[in-house]
Amino acid sequence: MFKLLPDTPSERVTVLVDDVTVQVPPGYTAAAAMLMNTDEATRTTATSNQPRAPYCMMGVCFECLMEINGVPNQQGCLVIVSEGMRINRQQGKREINV
Amino acid sequence: MNQACDLAIIGAGPAGMAAALTAANRGVNVVVLDEQPEPGGQIYRGIERVERTRARHLEWLGPDYAAGANFVRAFRNAKIEYLDGAQVWQIEAPANDASPGRLFYKRNGAVGQLSPRRVLIATGAMERPMPIPGWTLPGVLTCGAGQTVFKANGLAPQGRFVLAGCGPLLLLYAAQLVRAGVKPAAILETTFNHGAALPHAWKFFTTPEYWRKGLALLRELKAAGVPLRKNVTQLVLHGDARVREIEYQCGGKTTREPVDQVFLHQGVVPNGNLAWSMNLAHAWDDAQRSFRPRLDEWGRSSTPGIFVAGDAGGIVGAKGAHATGRLAALAIAADLGKITIEGRDQQARTPRAELAKHQAARPFLDALYRPAPHWLAPQEADTMVCRCEEIRAGEIRRLVTEQLCPGPNQMKSFARCGMGPCQGRLCGLTVVELIAQCRGVPVPEVGYYRIRPPVKPVTMGDLATLDVPVRPDAVGL
Repeated sequence: MFKLLPDTPSERVTVLVDDVTVQVPPGYTAAAAMLMNTDEATRTTATSNQPRAPYCMMGVCFECLMEINGVPNQQGCLVIVSEGMRINRQQGKREINV
Repeated sequence: MNQACDLAIIGAGPAGMAAALTAANRGVNVVVLDEQPEPGGQIYRGIERVERTRARHLEWLGPDYAAGANFVRAFRNAKIEYLDGAQVWQIEAPANDASPGRLFYKRNGAVGQLSPRRVLIATGAMERPMPIPGWTLPGVLTCGAGQTVFKANGLAPQGRFVLAGCGPLLLLYAAQLVRAGVKPAAILETTFNHGAALPHAWKFFTTPEYWRKGLALLRELKAAGVPLRKNVTQLVLHGDARVREIEYQCGGKTTREPVDQVFLHQGVVPNGNLAWSMNLAHAWDDAQRSFRPRLDEWGRSSTPGIFVAGDAGGIVGAKGAHATGRLAALAIAADLGKITIEGRDQQARTPRAELAKHQAARPFLDALYRPAPHWLAPQEADTMVCRCEEIRAGEIRRLVTEQLCPGPNQMKSFARCGMGPCQGRLCGLTVVELIAQCRGVPVPEVGYYRIRPPVKPVTMGDLATLDVPVRPDAVGL
């Protein structure tokens, strides 16, 4: 798990990570919010349910796919948190909602 | 909405920002599209917020990073249209000088379209995949990812963590953490062939900016008591729900120890999917062990109207990228009649001299930090190569030797290798190295994946909102 270094501003945004309320600094990405709160999988793979977590943090690896505000398959490292954002781990394949 | 512009630049890192400033100052109407929420690229990631709110972090990250602040400020203040958080998923080159090209992007959940007369691809670099057993486990990230969350978020690893691989970033990230009071358990250096770098040493010594920095980092890490293990081989990561242990060989001895996080790095390669998707001609760069677009001295690609600058055109480093961005912008400004050819050539002297200076350091760094062969083409059958579709090294070898699968595109048909959400970004180079090795031919003979747009995820719904005329022939009407 990652920890916040000292000398960081105290301002916080409240988001829900898997329905648990957590506070993260503004400007964080959804993936950074996850890294601050878990050291285990943030998704399981569509192919064989392997555990995976953010890997590159720059938009190329797609390991940080997560469900954000109800929309699955979002690249968590490219989405900036906002007050009340719901960030969920993604289990296996996404469902198509018609 | 379809907006016309002179120049569309993809990427707001050093190359993209330098090109945008240079072009805008010469009256070129510029739009810069960047995937990240803030300008600066990966090198100056988060610099505006760090400068404003985390003064001590700026010190820990060092002067090279801090230098980005003024650069980004100049970019923000210039007459440049900057679209943050914009993912470009397709570009069509201009058909001729009179007609513009077409560029499609997604931003804030909506699609947008540009009609640029010239396009500059400045998509930068990404870290070369480092396929070792266990590299897909949670808790294993790239060194660049660790550095990114330091810059962008002020986050540092906790518990027992290790940095493994080769390249300057490994040492830099370790030093930045040490300054912040966070000490790595060890740095496992996989650099294997120091002798190969020797012939380039004399030239490297003409670039004090580089070698002094390298030595200073080594001294800093030594003074902090960070164990630096050299000539490390046989790296294996063990774990279940996350990484638990790291195993490696060093000096004939095998070590297996607990670990909470691992940061891997074996250099950077061009982040090339956009360039590949436009069918730009590419060349194999054996020194950098990667493909790069074929470019002339101005960054002009094989396709008229399309330019490439910075690391996307072959690794040159942040300062080299700055110079190539300016050169491309000068050529584009001249193309568009904003400056004369004489003006272009005269103004190109400074960036060209700077580029030559930074390029002088490359051959040594490329040779010294060339990844070991067994991490370019993994030997263990179980090592994951395509992380998305979960295709392992043994399966790729088997398909080549038993099924006579000749190349990466056939590998897609045989195994769906490279066809997951990352579109081959994290496996492409490993797959072509493996195929080349099995077939006993050089990598360029094997080629690379045929990358097709969209190179970023778009939904059918996004496509449906596009304001493009329907071509009857394209839909069979």
